[in-house]
Amino acid sequence: MSNINVQRRQFLKTSVGLAAVAVAPGMLLFEAAHGQSAAVSSKVRWGMLIDTANCTDGCNDCVAACNKGNGLAGGLNSGGLSPTDSQWMRKVELKDMRGGRTLSLPMMCQHCEHPPCVDVCPTGASFKRADGIVLVDRHRCIGCRYCMMACPYKARSFVHEPLHDQNPDVPRGKGTVESCTMCVQRIDRGQQPACAEACPNKAILFGNLNDPESEIARRIRTVASVQVRADLGLNTAIRYQGL
Amino acid sequence: MQFKNRLFWSLIAAGGLVVLLGLFAAHLMEEHGHIITGMNNQIVWGLPHVFAIFMIVAASGVLNVASIGSVFGKAVYKARAPLSGLLSIALLAGGLTVLMLDLGRPDRVMVAATNYNPTSVFAWNVLLYSGLFGLVSVYLWTMMEQRMNPWSRPAGLAVFVWRFILTTGTGLIFAFLVARQAYGSALLPPMFIVISFAWGLAVFHVAQSAIYAWSGKEHAPDIVKRMGNLLGIFVMAALYFVAAYHLTNLYFAHQSGFERFILIDGGLYPRLFWWGYGLLGNLLPLVLIFHPSLGKTRSVVAASLLVILGGFALLYVFVIGGQAYPLSIFPGYAASSSFGDGQIAQYSPSLPEFLLGFGGLGIAFLITTASVRVLDFMPHDKPHIAD
Repeated sequence: MSNINVQRRQFLKTSVGLAAVAVAPGMLLFEAAHGQSAAVSSKVRWGMLIDTANCTDGCNDCVAACNKGNGLAGGLNSGGLSPTDSQWMRKVELKDMRGGRTLSLPMMCQHCEHPPCVDVCPTGASFKRADGIVLVDRHRCIGCRYCMMACPYKARSFVHEPLHDQNPDVPRGKGTVESCTMCVQRIDRGQQPACAEACPNKAILFGNLNDPESEIARRIRTVASVQVRADLGLNTAIRYQGL
Repeated sequence: MQFKNRLFWSLIAAGGLVVLLGLFAAHLMEEHGHIITGMNNQIVWGLPHVFAIFMIVAASGVLNVASIGSVFGKAVYKARAPLSGLLSIALLAGGLTVLMLDLGRPDRVMVAATNYNPTSVFAWNVLLYSGLFGLVSVYLWTMMEQRMNPWSRPAGLAVFVWRFILTTGTGLIFAFLVARQAYGSALLPPMFIVISFAWGLAVFHVAQSAIYAWSGKEHAPDIVKRMGNLLGIFVMAALYFVAAYHLTNLYFAHQSGFERFILIDGGLYPRLFWWGYGLLGNLLPLVLIFHPSLGKTRSVVAASLLVILGGFALLYVFVIGGQAYPLSIFPGYAASSSFGDGQIAQYSPSLPEFLLGFGGLGIAFLITTASVRVLDFMPHDKPHIAD
């Protein structure tokens, strides 16, 4: 073997080694900064089962946790909620018009399998993630509000004012539409949505609807639960028990 | 057209001022957000949409004059086809400007042009609107450039088909809203088409008589009478569709609450419906057109103005009243919440909304006035037309 070839090999070895040394810390830091970077999968469908029997009339803990976790003012700035304030989650008090039975439940984006908001959005800013979470791309939303007209659950809010002190995990923007993200930033970190965690009576059960072994799938198999406006055929990810 | 210099420039100045005020309102809305409008999370489309939809629907309907001329070969209408095309472009420009400036992020209008969701009827409309601009421009060219004249009939036919699809698209925006009591009806696209005939012809009458008056010309009364009769027929046809829409709703038990709200106890909305749309927008114009002692030029113009007024009243009831009535999310239950569940939503339009809406009308006015001045859009009627 010629001397030149040996030298070339040496050179290549050293180069590769140096390159690895140079790139490795960057890769490690990238990993550390982004946490788990596995893509979301359609094998998972996140959902909730809300037991209205355990939802106390007058309790607002889930809504407060939602506002806090997502950086919504929740009426604190204006001394009470105004019709222009964003409400990703709200408590609805219901009274059966025939029997008179009353109940209370939290209402938010139902994360439909066939979301009308996604169908009507002209720019594709409204979209559904592979794991079933319906989101708004705030960079793509032009603020036409057609999704708000199309949503059967009135789950969406429009940002009417400039925003201050945003939560860096939950970027929002004046002039765009927003709604419950099922606390996607928490789910991606392996946590529960803020509302489910905050409920003192554990009325909100969060889990993977597609996993037959999950607690939520088991409960849905054994207790009677309904989807709100099931007649629309949207197959919501939020189910209610006792409605 | 030969109207006096001084008059022309005063009209341009007045129109320009209205447009500037509209742009200023849009600037305020972008600066402060929609908080300075009357809109909120329950009434998400407000007065600007009423103006925009009126102009877009009328932009399609005003082409009827051209279609009757080009497609069905009526000479009186053919002479008016260029003006009809011009008014269509002007109204569409005005309506779309209002719609665009009312967006939460009008600066991102480029996003709407570059990201296209094929399932969205809004996105379809982006194509339909730009297509209409293009087709009507070509149509005008074939009419005004003599060498292109042989092509004006096919171009007119293309415009004729396109505007039917376009107004279907406008109706579908509401027809596809399955969950809202006021919308989600297959009747809406044909209703919008027939309504567009009436509004478009009314706008045409007003514009035409203004142009004749400003240029000091006399309009042949028999032609006005004839086109006035057509307006009367369109008004009645539109009324038929509106009646059918409400009657079908009245028949469905789950819709009776909504109809009661719109027609009887909804405060402003029933008043606007009966007095604004019913009396001013239908009854009076029909009397003005068909009463044996009326039906002259002045009555037809008055009738047209009333039809336009009635159109705004109807749209206000349809767009805003339709959102004010609470969504039925939990059928069988009475609901209440901090987000307006089970309650009638409140809305009072603010000054910037009015300014923006009138700014759109101002744009249509400016385009029409300036174009009529520089190009020959005046109808040239031949004596003794036999068709």
